[in-house]
Amino acid sequence: MQRKHLIALIAILIIAAMALAACGGQATEAPKPTEAPKAQPTEAPKAEPTEAPKEGGVKPADEIVVYNWSDYVHPDMYKMFTERTGIKISEDNFSSNEDLLAKLQGGATGYSVIVPSDYTVAIMIEEGMLEELNHDNIPNLKNLDPEFTKLYYDPGNKYCVPYLWGTTGIGYNTELLENPPQSWEGVFKAKESDPWYGRMTLLDDVREVFSAALIYLGYDNNTKDEAQLQEAKQLLIDAKKGVAGYDTDNYEDLVGTGENLLAHGWNGDFLQAADEYGNIDYYIPEEGGTIWIDNMCIPKGVTPEEKLAAEMYINFVLDPEVGKMLGEYNYYATPNKESLAIADPDYKSNPLVFPPPEIREKLRFIKPLGEFESVYQRMWDEVKSAQ
Amino acid sequence: MTERLRRHPELQAWLILAIPVIFLLIFFMAPLVIVFVYSFLERGKYGGVEWVFTLDNIRRVFDPLYFKTFVRSFYIAIVTTLVTLILGYPLAYFIAKSPPSRRNALVFALMIPFWTNFLIRTYAWLTLLRTHTGLINVTLMNWGIIDKPLPLYGNDFAIILGLVYGWLPVMVLPIYAALERLDESLLEAARDLYASSAKAFRRVTWPLSLPGVVAGSMLVFIPSLGAFVTPAILGGGKSLMIGNIISNQFLGAHDWPFGSALSMVMMIAMLIATLIYFRWTKKSEDVT
Repeated sequence: MQRKHLIALIAILIIAAMALAACGGQATEAPKPTEAPKAQPTEAPKAEPTEAPKEGGVKPADEIVVYNWSDYVHPDMYKMFTERTGIKISEDNFSSNEDLLAKLQGGATGYSVIVPSDYTVAIMIEEGMLEELNHDNIPNLKNLDPEFTKLYYDPGNKYCVPYLWGTTGIGYNTELLENPPQSWEGVFKAKESDPWYGRMTLLDDVREVFSAALIYLGYDNNTKDEAQLQEAKQLLIDAKKGVAGYDTDNYEDLVGTGENLLAHGWNGDFLQAADEYGNIDYYIPEEGGTIWIDNMCIPKGVTPEEKLAAEMYINFVLDPEVGKMLGEYNYYATPNKESLAIADPDYKSNPLVFPPPEIREKLRFIKPLGEFESVYQRMWDEVKSAQ
Repeated sequence: MTERLRRHPELQAWLILAIPVIFLLIFFMAPLVIVFVYSFLERGKYGGVEWVFTLDNIRRVFDPLYFKTFVRSFYIAIVTTLVTLILGYPLAYFIAKSPPSRRNALVFALMIPFWTNFLIRTYAWLTLLRTHTGLINVTLMNWGIIDKPLPLYGNDFAIILGLVYGWLPVMVLPIYAALERLDESLLEAARDLYASSAKAFRRVTWPLSLPGVVAGSMLVFIPSLGAFVTPAILGGGKSLMIGNIISNQFLGAHDWPFGSALSMVMMIAMLIATLIYFRWTKKSEDVT
């Protein structure tokens, strides 16, 4: 009896130790392909090998997995890439930068291209999670607007290449609301007599909501000053009565259907919904809003073959024609100056996609704050649990 | 080898048990051990841990803000359990007393909702509960029964409704199983001894169904306490349960050790609550 217990105990310890060790290394997780490319890779690629591998003898992988936001490509893009290069692509999706980061830190592998936003790229570079790009394999980098080669988080595009960019502001229902508040004051200090009182949502995202509040208060939206944060927190708690909910998933539909009159959210989401409902408009309040850039990067842990294939894909996205398709389809702004040159005038001149300079200067990046993010999170928890 | 196996039934039992035991060790025990160990380490800057011992995470759990959330989560889980019990018991009784030919069909009907993902079913409630475009409010307003929309969404009512809806079948099934096995002759005996039907229920049916009630309550209480999807969707993200706080620590604050500490304290609190409940039902079983 005694001995049996001992054996069981030892077995538990050994297995626990093994499991711990396995977690430290890499838990392999097969990504689910959500899109099966139709083209046959067995046939020799017709296009001339303009993207020939430069290093000695490395051939691109037959298939790569792109880890992306959902609905964030042009439906034909992957098929086109396979036709041009013979490399198959499948896609897996995440729903927030935090998801992406936590999953990769948890040891997920198998992804060759990931699409994180600016501040997450900064974190990933700092944590050593990204491969350096071989610019020889990405000749189309020359198509980038010079502005996007001098990014605060990755000057010179050493680790990443911008994919699309956009802004965070307010979308509203044009049928039910004629005069939306031009200042954040209307949102954070909504009166019961305001038609949008109780019929608006804020993003369920700590940094976005605090950025809006801090920008309204005239502070730096990446502040580490606790007194300023306290003030923003109190503003958000007082505003809570007038807020129907905190929503990052389908706020634009709720504005379209008329459940809510306005919502804090991302420009492309509202513009896509505007196509569907025909009654949505978007603007940046007079104090300003946030700006973000999503990027293509290659996570550490890929094989040289996968890395080459991933760089070929990044080069493909930078193609003027492909960049045009991608931007026009998603209503987000392309960082590619050659794509912009050939883009549809409606897209190019849409101030909601490409804000004019006087609005551009009022847009702020959300930057990573390291351990100080716990302070934001705790204040956000206070806002969310206030009755 | 086979000869030895045949002669040692104990060895056979171990072989059969080996697979589930190894499975549980790897996928259940090991994660628990990791959570336990992480609770006492310092956070990495952006997730992960630094291998430095600290008690700070445990201390932070008793921050009044998080403590308040614990209390609130317990309150919501207890109300949910009571409401499912009040709704579920008569339903289980009805199914158990139906003719045997119909019973299976009824149990089957009870299981049908499980064919659809819980998340989708929760979203479906939204179309009913929305304040201005929800079916219930729109209908009541059109009929002139109310002139201001009822607050059906974005509050505790919606959260509890969603949880009760989701967990009702797991309350009904164990109670049904207990009631179905109930020996009718015991009730006849009670009536022969001049027990009123209320008294027969209280002294015979209820005590005999108690194991089902205990099992059902646990199956409802535990997931309700840890719920985080329902408060986010039906509660409009306007209130927090402990599950939301934990997930925010891992995702928003990149603070894995504190998230682990919160999970661990929640598991311990749940264990204590379960033990108290078992002790209490055992006592009431003994009394009757």
